[in-house]
Amino acid sequence: MARINVLLVDDETPFVETMTKRLTKRDLRIVAAYSGEEALKELAKHSEIEVVILDVKMPVMDGIQALKEIKKRYPLIEVIMLTGHATVESAIEGMKWGAFDYLMKPCDIDKLVSKAAEAAAKKRQHEEKIIQARLKEITARRA
Amino acid sequence: MSQDKPSNNHYYRSLTRKLILIVIVVSFAPMILVSGVIFDQFREFYKEKVYAHLQVLVRKHQRTIDNFLNEKMNDIRFLAKSSGLGELQSEPFLRQRLDTLQLAYGAVFEDLGVINDQGVQIAYAGPFGLANAQYSEADWFKKATQTQYFISDVFLGLRGLPHFIVAVRQNTERGPWILRATIDFAAFNNLVTSIRIGKTGFAFILNRRAELQTQPLFDILPSRETYLNLIKNGKSLDKDVHIFERKDELGKKNIYVSAFLKNGDWLLIYQQKASDALADLYRSQFIAIAIFLVGGIAIIVMALVLSRRMVSKIAVADREKEMMNQQVIETGKLASVGELAAGIAHEINNPVAIMVEEAGWIQDLLEEEEFRPSQNLDEFQRALKQINTQGKRCKEITHKLLSFARKTDPKKQVIQLNEVIDDMVELSFQRAKYSNVIIHTDLDSDLPLIEASQTEMQQVFLNLINNALDAMEKKGGAIDIASRWNASHVEIDVSDNGPGIAAANLARIFDPFFTTKPVGKGTGLGLSICYGIIKKMGGEIDVNSVVDVGTKFRIRIPANY
Repeated sequence: MARINVLLVDDETPFVETMTKRLTKRDLRIVAAYSGEEALKELAKHSEIEVVILDVKMPVMDGIQALKEIKKRYPLIEVIMLTGHATVESAIEGMKWGAFDYLMKPCDIDKLVSKAAEAAAKKRQHEEKIIQARLKEITARRA
Repeated sequence: MSQDKPSNNHYYRSLTRKLILIVIVVSFAPMILVSGVIFDQFREFYKEKVYAHLQVLVRKHQRTIDNFLNEKMNDIRFLAKSSGLGELQSEPFLRQRLDTLQLAYGAVFEDLGVINDQGVQIAYAGPFGLANAQYSEADWFKKATQTQYFISDVFLGLRGLPHFIVAVRQNTERGPWILRATIDFAAFNNLVTSIRIGKTGFAFILNRRAELQTQPLFDILPSRETYLNLIKNGKSLDKDVHIFERKDELGKKNIYVSAFLKNGDWLLIYQQKASDALADLYRSQFIAIAIFLVGGIAIIVMALVLSRRMVSKIAVADREKEMMNQQVIETGKLASVGELAAGIAHEINNPVAIMVEEAGWIQDLLEEEEFRPSQNLDEFQRALKQINTQGKRCKEITHKLLSFARKTDPKKQVIQLNEVIDDMVELSFQRAKYSNVIIHTDLDSDLPLIEASQTEMQQVFLNLINNALDAMEKKGGAIDIASRWNASHVEIDVSDNGPGIAAANLARIFDPFFTTKPVGKGTGLGLSICYGIIKKMGGEIDVNSVVDVGTKFRIRIPANY
């Protein structure tokens, strides 16, 4: 499988930095962002991003808002929520708005990597299907 | 608290006093006013009635007596006119006339006499043998010679018995002569003494010198002054009847009714004690006062009892309020502590996450070739693992703290419990699958809506389901959730066929911090939170459990919507 392109969003700089290092070491290509707004900017710049790892609790634009915005602009991009506190509400809310899954902080790095891989696979599958459908459409048109 | 007591007691005592005073004043003021006004009106009215009655009575008697006197006078006048002096001078004729008069009027006329201008009785008919009696010095004679018709005052005269004289003067060429008749005192007296009302009402006649002309039934001497005044003030020609009240020498109120007789020579006086004349009034006054007193006593007793009772209720309410305030303060403290804890827990979580990640990063780096030969590599890895483990422990702790202190939304809304149950079952579905537990629901579709906090109800069911799942984690099993509607309550059973709860623990499961889970696994707050929520809604939660058979929680919530 090709390297997975991940956007990591959290307002805690040291957390993002360390995670970037660790995930890069695990063969993920990481783009870092330190706020919801920044995440959207980065997404606009890097069209290759497949998965967003998003902290729920952030100042100004929180994870849920960012999630809604991301899903609105890039419906195919999968989002994994990182929640600081395991509440039924934030989990349900995130899933409701189309998050791929959620993990509790601090999370196991391997678990996070495998979730990211699953998310990326799902995204690629989606894209594949879309391409297939278009191909079919085009071929059908020709016939 | 104990220091407050005396001042509190003082406060309640003064409150009681004020209440009593207000109740008494408010009750008495209108009572006194109304009864006073009504009674005063009644008294005036009644007095007027009595006075009018007495006036009529006295006026009637005034006329009767005046008529009596006029009649007698007319008789004598007629006699004097119809018969000449010559006829009247013969005693047999005179006696015959007397007999005729006595036949007509009874013994009213005692005797007849003819007196010449020298005051000598020249003819006499009657029982006393007064022929030739000398009257020239007699008071009545002097007056009788001056007027044509004369009625004397009552006097003893020559015979020594009370009587009065009716005299008619006739003028002839030989000089004036007088025909006189004596009126029997007893007959006249009867006219007056027959005026009797009540126990103390009686009448008598006075002359201008306040001398008695009739025999009064009671002693009137003490009031002589009064009579004199009366006579002096009275106009002799005034035919009117006067009525007034005055205190006699004994201090008793008397009612006097006076009327002049005999063209103002005599005064007819009717006298009655006020207490007797107005006896009915006084009796009703007495009854009214008695009612007033009894009512007053009742009001005072009621004011005392009611005020005491009210103040004691106020005191109880005050105490309760104070306790409530204390509780509110306690709850407030707890709430703020909870919020503080939540804040701290959340803040701690991020640094811990960073620490764990950094440790993880070191671990990653240790994988590199260059560190492989290091002697302490195992030791490093063990330490890093320990950091990781302890970091996870921190996470657990903060998560528990957060979920306990998490803000719930106590705002009430109208909810359908079946939906809440379905949501929570769905939420627990994954976990149940891993624990090999089947969750079965049997929900009454007619369940009414109830008013409750959605998040609180979620908490209750999630706690119960989680507890059941925890209990059956090892062996698996089934959870049955049933809802029912019975007239006034919504009833929900959450039952499992797990290991059950030991009888010794059963009584304590709702106690806060009671848990059978291993240390660090359970907070012991779940069921006590459920209990608190259900009780707050006025519902009930109870448990039935048999070891190795299962546990059943039953919740009853009043359908208040």
